[in-house]
Formats: sequence, C-alpha cells, structure tokens
Amino acid sequence: MILVLVETDAQGVTLTSREALSFARTLAERLGDQPVEAVATGPLPHPDGVLDHLAEQGVTMLHHADDERLAAYGGAAWAAAVVDAASSARLVIGSGTPRGMEVLAHVATRLDCLMAANVIAVEETDPLTVSRQVMGGGVFERMRLGGEVAVISVAGHAIDAVPAARPSTPAVRTYAPTLTDADLLTRVVRTEQAGGDDTSALTGAKVVVGAGRGAGSAEGFDDLLELKDLLGGALGVSRVVTSLGWRPHHEQVGQTGSRISPDLYIACGISGAIQHWAGCQSARKILAINTDPDAPMVTKAHYAVIGDLHEIVPAINAELRRRLG
Amino acid sequence: MTDVLVCIKRIPETSSQVMLSDDGMSVDARHVGHTVSAHEEAAVEIAIQLADASGGSATVLTLGPADAVEQLRDAVAVGCTRAVHIEADSEAFGPADVATAIADFVRGEDFGLVLVGNDAADTGDFQVGVRLAYALGRPVVTGISSVALDGDTITARGAGPDGDEVFELPSPAIIAIQEGGVTPRYPSIVGRMKAKKLPVETIATQVSPMTYRLGLTSPPEQPSTVEVLGEGPDAAKAVVDMLVGIGVVSS
Ligand SMILES: Cc1cc2nc3c(=O)[nH]c(=O)nc-3n(C[C@H](O)[C@H](O)[C@H](O)COP(=O)(O)OP(=O)(O)OC[C@H]3O[C@@H](n4cnc5c(N)ncnc54)[C@H](O)[C@@H]3O)c2cc1C
Repeated sequence: MILVLVETDAQGVTLTSREALSFARTLAERLGDQPVEAVATGPLPHPDGVLDHLAEQGVTMLHHADDERLAAYGGAAWAAAVVDAASSARLVIGSGTPRGMEVLAHVATRLDCLMAANVIAVEETDPLTVSRQVMGGGVFERMRLGGEVAVISVAGHAIDAVPAARPSTPAVRTYAPTLTDADLLTRVVRTEQAGGDDTSALTGAKVVVGAGRGAGSAEGFDDLLELKDLLGGALGVSRVVTSLGWRPHHEQVGQTGSRISPDLYIACGISGAIQHWAGCQSARKILAINTDPDAPMVTKAHYAVIGDLHEIVPAINAELRRRLG
Repeated sequence: MTDVLVCIKRIPETSSQVMLSDDGMSVDARHVGHTVSAHEEAAVEIAIQLADASGGSATVLTLGPADAVEQLRDAVAVGCTRAVHIEADSEAFGPADVATAIADFVRGEDFGLVLVGNDAADTGDFQVGVRLAYALGRPVVTGISSVALDGDTITARGAGPDGDEVFELPSPAIIAIQEGGVTPRYPSIVGRMKAKKLPVETIATQVSPMTYRLGLTSPPEQPSTVEVLGEGPDAAKAVVDMLVGIGVVSS
C-alpha cells in the first residue's frame, strides 16, 4: 500500500497534494497495482470536496484521523496520526510544502527510514531509485531508497495533477490516533493575520508581477503595483529586493521564499538566478522585462521586452487602462 | 540565561549554471566561492540576539571539510563567541548521519536552544533538525522566522498558510529557522579581528555515514524559445495583445 498525506483547504484536497496523489498512482502502477490510500488529519473544512478529489485521483481509502486535538497544526502530532495509518505502507508520500516537509521528516524519523525530499521522478522500481531536485533545482540527484518502507516528498508543481482513467469510490476509515503529551506540545497556539502578510495570496495568484534589483529603490514599485492591480494579481520579488528592505520577505519568490505557479509571471528587472528560478519555473507563461537581452530570465522566458522597466511598465499600464476602459 | 547553539553548512555559492565533478558525484566548487544557506544566516543572527538578550552565549557549529572553518569564522565575526568544527566529509553524510553526529556533541553540553536552517541550500533534505530532536528527545518546530525567550518558555513564529503561526515550547528545544524575520548584521572590523583569533574546537565523529546518492546530473539545456515582443515602451501594445491572447486580460 502507498499512503499519501493530503493537506486540505476550503475546496477539498490542495493542488500540491493532488500532484502527490498523481505521482503515487503512477508509481503504484509501476510497482504492480499497489492500492493508493490517503491520510488526512483533524476536522476537514470541506469533506465532500476531499472525497471528490480523492475519487478523481483513484484513491481506494481515506484514513481520517478525526480528532479535535489535530485541528491546530503541529508537526509531531500530525506525524503521529500518519504513522498510525502507515502500518502496512511501503511508501509514505506527501507534497514538498512547508507542512508536508515537516510532517514527513517526523514520519521518516519515527519509522526509522530514509526520506527523499523534492522528488521529481521515479527512475527505477527495483531497487527503488528516485530523481530529486538539489541545489535549488539547479541539479538533479539520483537517490536509492532501500528498506521496507521509505518516505518521499514530491517537489511542488514538478508533476501535474492528472485524474485517474477510472475514478474510485474511496472508503472512509475514521480513527482515533494515539497522541502523547509530547506530540501535542508543538502545536500552533494561535494564528495572527497581521495585515494580510501571509504567502497564500502569492502562491495562489493567477498573475504574479515580479520585481528585482531593476526596480531601483523602495520608491520604484508604484508602477509595478499598479500593473499588479490592473491584472488582479500579486506582487512577488527577488531576494535582493527583500535583503535591501525594499519589500517584505513574505513577497519573496524562490528557493528560500515561495514557490509560485501562476498562469503568467511578469519578471521585471530580475536576472533569473537559479535560486529565483527555483520558485518561478512552474509559471505557465513568463514575460521578462529586462535591459539585458542575455539575462537568463530573458532567455528562459516565453516572451520578453528589452529595455528599462521604468519606461515599459507605465506604458503597459496606460495601454491596459485604455483597453479596459 | 540561555546558551544557544546554531548549526550551519558550507555550500558552494553559485547563482548560474552549476558545474559537476568528472565522476558526477558532487558539485565542482573549485571555481566558486562558498557561503551558507540564507536560512542559516538568519539562524546565526537569531542566536546572537537571543544570547545578548538573555545574557547567554552563542556557539556556532558545522560538520564539514577543513575549509568549512571559513563559515565558522564568518559567524564569529558577527557575534558568535565559540566555534565547533566536526571535521568530516559532509558530501558523504546524509541528514540522519549529520543529526547523529551533532546529537553526540550536544549531549555533553548544556544548550537551552539549538537552531538549524530549515533546509540546507544544496541538498534540501529538510530533516537534520527533526532527526536531531528525536535523537535528543526534545521538541522541535520548523519554518520559524522569529524567536523570543521568556525564562524556559520559547515563543516561535513562522508563516503558515493562513497567517503567522505562533508556537510555545519549553527549553531545551530545537528550532529550524526560515529567513525573513530578522536582518542578518554585517561583521564589524573588530568582529573580523576576533574571528581571526578565536581558536576553533575541532572534534571527530564516530558516525560512519551511509550515502544514498547514485549520481548528479544537470537539468537538460533547453534552447531559448523566447519571443521578443519589442524594445522599450513601444512594445506596450504588443504586450497587451499577448495578455489578451493567453487569456489573462479579456478584450
Ligand atoms: C542560499 C541562497 C538562497 C537564495 N534564495 C533566493 C530566493 O529565494 N529568491 C531569490 O530571488 N534569490 C535568492 N537568492 C539570491 C540569488 O542568487 C540572486 O542573487 C537574486 O535572485 C538576484 O536578484 P535580482 O534578479 O533582483 O538581481 P540581479 O541578479 O542583480 O539582477 C537584476 C536584473 O535587473 C536588470 N535590470 C537592471 N536595471 C533594470 C531596469 N531599469 N529595467 C529593467 N531591467 C533592469 C539587470 O539586467 C539584471 O538582469 C539566494 C541565494 C543563495 C546563495
């Protein structure tokens, strides 16, 4: 059995968890029709949506650790619940989100097994060998996963969430996980929505306007913010911008910031270093605006405009205002 | 008073094409500089601030080759007062091996808090902090960007999916730091002088590492397929046509 840790939101199963389910299903087929089962922790915000998504992904069973004590997130507590459901699992798989990574690291430690982080593909099934991103995605590593059981985190947006050829009707097993006082110690005690400085607006946006050193100063963002508003998108920035204090860190895109997957990323004055590319490479389309036609961001983009962003962005805004009326 | 340990890792500093060694087993770092992960720079800053605020000390530790002393000295230059070097070939060490080696050292000491980076910028394993916590039987949280101490209570804060999440845990604990909550300071001239002089404690490890790496490859080179829509502000019309074309703007 392959057990997949699913994270949930108001719609059902999150996109990155559905990607992990697709990854698990393809692997299960290659391993010779292993069932794919899912585990979810705590009260579900939208149970029907969860079951619909699991059915679409061909999942045969949902293990639901329905325990109020798991409503507040905690890495150790969630991992205890996952391990309870993993007794017959030969693989435990999840997505490479911050929570996915934390819970899976606990699971791997508790199961005393190997964990491969940021996996993008299965190379061989016997012995199980995976390919994963290292150096922020600048290099791929082939890694062997021996042992009775192993843990895999799937790199966000490296795999598409593809529905199964035949949808399933998942059975639901509700269970009470064994949780110790130590497991419950590291749960969230409160969540503060201070002025919308969370990353969800950025990671969920359909359009992201990106800005790098080329913005020039903290005052250089007015036109970029207007463009973002005209397109109903979010602002994302490079690490140079956050390090210089021009914009807050929660807007940072990249290896040590957020990973985004918008329909369009407009990268303005960003060179395209591998650590930045790590966060934006899943954008469906990229438009680069840069003075340097040889910048990696320009050569890797789908579209480019060469020149000074402080002249180009206002002109795009004016054209948009004209057409949008 | 809390004594804080912060663990860092020497990694090649490269922002463009990464070169691989001839045997394809490691990154060829002969022609690039070295640094530590952005998360670890933040962890060092937090360690120094907490040590200052509580009247304790900040110790920096690395497991790595002889050259990793450079990264230890960088941390001393900004305010760590003790440096510990577990000299080993970090390439051969998986996250479980690193955690075991660090745990062996920590057991003989009295740190109220151990900080690590969320994940090393090269291997990205995300496990050293968690595995270290289990080895020591201590609580752990990850993804934390700011930390406050009040006696034996540690308040830790990090970005969650719905806002800033706050955790409260008892000391001693392990915390994995995510950059963004603090601005790492630059070394002063006095700091650099101290860093040059401070003796580094070098220790050996009994851990015999297991490697699961079969090899490294570079992602396939993609030929550029960029469509240049124009130069300067005159390209605005072509840009908006493209936005309409891909359905981002409705005409
Ligand atoms: C461990 C580690 C982690 C990192 N994590 C991240 C991360 O998460 N995210 C991240 O972004 N970076 C990260 N970095 C930093 C990364 O290596 C680069 O330094 C950074 O992304 C560069 O930012 P930039 O593109 O804004 O600046 P630069 O590389 O300086 O590029 C500026 C670009 O703007 C162009 N330009 C200048 N002026 C104009 C103008 N007027 N109009 C148009 N174009 C102009 C230039 O041609 C150039 O291409 C990390 C680095 C390390 C070592």
